[in-house]
Amino acid sequence: MNLSWMAWTWQTALFFALLLGVLATMTTLAALRPERDRIGMLGLPTTRGDRLFLTLLGAAFIHLGWLALAGEAPLWGASILSLLLGAILFRWA
Amino acid sequence: MAKPVDNRAWFLVLPVVALVAFSALIPVMTVVNYSVQDSFGNNEFFWNGTGWFKELLDPSTDLGGRFLDALWRTLLFSGLCLLIEVPLGIGVALTLPRRGWGVAASLVLLALPLLIPWNVVGTIWQVFARRDIGLLGAAVNGLGIEYNYAQSPLAAWVTVVAMDVWHWTSLVVLLCYAGLRAIPDAYYQAAKVDGASSWAVFRAIQLPKMQRVLTIAILLRFMDSFMIYTEPFVVTGGGPGNATTFLSIDLVKIALGQFDLGKAAAMSIVYNLIVLTVCWIFFATTTRSQSEAVQ
Repeated sequence: MNLSWMAWTWQTALFFALLLGVLATMTTLAALRPERDRIGMLGLPTTRGDRLFLTLLGAAFIHLGWLALAGEAPLWGASILSLLLGAILFRWA
Repeated sequence: MAKPVDNRAWFLVLPVVALVAFSALIPVMTVVNYSVQDSFGNNEFFWNGTGWFKELLDPSTDLGGRFLDALWRTLLFSGLCLLIEVPLGIGVALTLPRRGWGVAASLVLLALPLLIPWNVVGTIWQVFARRDIGLLGAAVNGLGIEYNYAQSPLAAWVTVVAMDVWHWTSLVVLLCYAGLRAIPDAYYQAAKVDGASSWAVFRAIQLPKMQRVLTIAILLRFMDSFMIYTEPFVVTGGGPGNATTFLSIDLVKIALGQFDLGKAAAMSIVYNLIVLTVCWIFFATTTRSQSEAVQ
């Protein structure tokens, strides 16, 4: 199968592999340890999946905001902020 | 409520996931790959990192300026559509007959615009609004009002918004009508006993009972108008100038007109993220109102 039209780079491949890994982990976790949704600081019932979705969406916007506002500062600053957001959401959302 | 959610049922949707992977996920992955590279055709790509995103988010660049302008236009268009279609839809739904042959007749009539494909709607309005041969265009000009959607940005906007209202208000009407029909008669009888005015009935009974269908109507109408492409493309082609160049039209211009795959990919990812966020906000508000309804 020729996939050259997809224009893969190792960076994007790594990105999608990590994403797939996270989704696989969450799926296994959901099957082995079923959970109930809970109401946290957002005032909404959220499950682990909801919190992951919000973390990923938030991470995308944090990285875009960093690119727009932080000038030449290294991008991993945004990644650290995103991890922080994830920790906060998974603990308190 | 004490029962934990068993998510194993999700495995049953795996066939759908496989289908969606071909029709959506693989193209999206390709778009992500394009967004970090530059291409001069011939399927050759060169690494560009976050370059396109930086350019896109900087309004002083050509791409950033275009993106911001198109984004504002699209948001304005969606806002106008919602502002007109939702109150109009509620109003029409309230005046529809509740029983008799009129119910079927009006429902069929209302469903008609929804059955017409987008490009046909565009063609209908393109002819209808023409100042030389169009019924609407010639009539308005005959009244002494200068109206030419090919030259005046205001006329172009009026035309595309009117076209969307004509095409999609029925959807809001049908959803609201379904919501209204679901209200038991006992509520109206109680209101009658209390001597409530029709405005009070609307505020205290009909509007709260329509809340859920209205949320769905607003979500659907927002998403559809936010990604509108075919109708304005057929009528105005994004013009005059760039007056009706919405995000989707600009995206196609960049991707297929200029063949700037990297720029277009970066733009579509940001566009997609905005759509996802709005979807989530609506989803959260609906589940919240549902959980409040349960309590």
